[in-house]
Amino acid sequence: MTDDLTRLPAAELAALLTAREVSSVEATRASLNRIAAVDGDLHAFLHTAPEAALRTASEIDRRRADGYDVGPLGGVPIAIKDVLCTKDMPSTAASKILEGWIPPYDATVVARLRSANLVPLGKTNMDEFAMGSSTEHSAYGPTRNPWDRDRIPGGSGGGSAAAVAAFEAPFALGSDTGGSIRQPAAVTGTVGVKPTYGGVSRYGAIALASSLDQVGPVSRTVLDAALLHDVIGGHDPRDSTSLDELWPSFADAARAGRAAGDLTGVRVGVVRELGGDGFQAGVRQRFDEALAVLAAAGAEIVEVSAPHFEYAVAAYYLILPAEASSNLAKYDGVRFGLRVEPEGGGTVEQVMAATRGAGFGPEVKRRIILGTYALSAGYYDAYYGSAQKVRTLIQRDFDAAFASSDVLVSPSAPTTAFTFGEKMDDPLAMYLNDITTIPANLAGVPGMGLPIGLAPEDGLPVGIQIMAPAREDVRLYRIGATLEALLEEKWGGPLLDRLPELETAGSAHLAPPPGPGTEPDGGTR
Amino acid sequence: MPDETSAITTDQVQHLANLARIALTPDEIAHLAVELGSIVDSVRKVTEVATPDVPATSHPIPLQNVFRQDVVGEVLTPEQALAGAPDSFDGRFRVSAILGEEQ
Repeated sequence: MTDDLTRLPAAELAALLTAREVSSVEATRASLNRIAAVDGDLHAFLHTAPEAALRTASEIDRRRADGYDVGPLGGVPIAIKDVLCTKDMPSTAASKILEGWIPPYDATVVARLRSANLVPLGKTNMDEFAMGSSTEHSAYGPTRNPWDRDRIPGGSGGGSAAAVAAFEAPFALGSDTGGSIRQPAAVTGTVGVKPTYGGVSRYGAIALASSLDQVGPVSRTVLDAALLHDVIGGHDPRDSTSLDELWPSFADAARAGRAAGDLTGVRVGVVRELGGDGFQAGVRQRFDEALAVLAAAGAEIVEVSAPHFEYAVAAYYLILPAEASSNLAKYDGVRFGLRVEPEGGGTVEQVMAATRGAGFGPEVKRRIILGTYALSAGYYDAYYGSAQKVRTLIQRDFDAAFASSDVLVSPSAPTTAFTFGEKMDDPLAMYLNDITTIPANLAGVPGMGLPIGLAPEDGLPVGIQIMAPAREDVRLYRIGATLEALLEEKWGGPLLDRLPELETAGSAHLAPPPGPGTEPDGGTR
Repeated sequence: MPDETSAITTDQVQHLANLARIALTPDEIAHLAVELGSIVDSVRKVTEVATPDVPATSHPIPLQNVFRQDVVGEVLTPEQALAGAPDSFDGRFRVSAILGEEQ
């Protein structure tokens, strides 16, 4: 029984908890056992907190037994991307420069999880400071894709996506600056949502690029993403970019969408520029089939053009490094994190340079130097200034496209999961993985990734991306849930039912030893 | 305007690394010079469409005048603020010399 609990979506587990057919301790222990069994090989987690999790779970069980309302998700376990500050667990953003750092406060989204009586299991792996599309840039070693252990789980949030796909946690928190929630969802057969910019608080999210970063849900079902979004979303006075407005219930929208099974009157715009020859054949095939499913349900499929999307990656790799070079200036070896003294001592500036030279990985250095270059006198207008203009043009493209469509769709990623090492020596090739997801970040509009099948040529998951106008996240949940229900009907069950059996602890494997981990407080990795 | 061939020299990378306060090895500098050259060549594409009539966007969803009451909020105690510091003394962050000998 306990092993089966890990297979349940969060919504179903929550129903069992509410009915007191299952305790939170049982559910939490099931997740922890699963992590112990498979994570030695997968390395989705940088840190787990089994004792704290069981303590929290037992407290929630006690309160529920005493008749307190612990909320609709009370007692459900959850994983948290290591980019989010947690005052009881290390928060490293997978960087050596923050190894072992325990923040003195919780991110707002983490505080909201705790208020909703969710049970944090641990912190998930990612590319260092969320810079990457594969988790290969984690300072603590990569995460494996549960569908194929020789392949990447996407990035930067590969740890959260892999943890959810491998049934280590029912759902997780991620962050998405250029696709870090949606691209891992695509390559692991999971669901992920980047909310409207400002829809979810960034307070306590270790900043990469402040005008692009958004925290969002990672899950196996659209409804679970909606339930989590309802918990973490809404105005936060501690984030000056947080939108001060009320949001509809995304869970209600997902339930309505699932029940409806019909999309009559919905105009679905296919973005011409986010497809075509550069996309893997099996990705294009599954995407076309998904369009046919949408059309059969009554949706009107229209082709739209977004002529400036082809400039999005270029603009992104100016804006992101520029903002990152500024945001990461705080790692100075003074207030927190690593300090490295140069031989024979030195001034505070020399200590700073030695610390950053030793504490940052190659991709972080590359982007900081690039951002410093883009912001240099003489280049600022040509590079950073032009990139900001492209941002305007991309917003205009979205406005025009949404004039004729209620939502826009594209494949979530141009290919299925690639193998480790394939793109590590070619930063530009790595950057192109996010060609489909970057426009939404530049414009601030919400996007959802959900699975639409396995590519025939390699048997690996393919995802569709649905985008909506800013503040219309609710459309993603309504339409996404309808599509999910129709696809599951066609498949005879969720796509993740076809996940291969994973290697469990004890079975022989050739995995490289996982990274040294981040467990100064005695937690296990 | 940037040069037509964005060749980036190792001296330039060293200068940028100094500005960014990152100590790099000669190997890293040589590598970065090559990589940055090709990345800059690629991102220069933005200049093709960034004409003078297009306004810049710095923020996806602009907000104005986000204020809060001018009162003390929930703040960290000195102990909390110093808890993650590599070195502290007497309630303050401790650093090495601010000035070098030549200064």
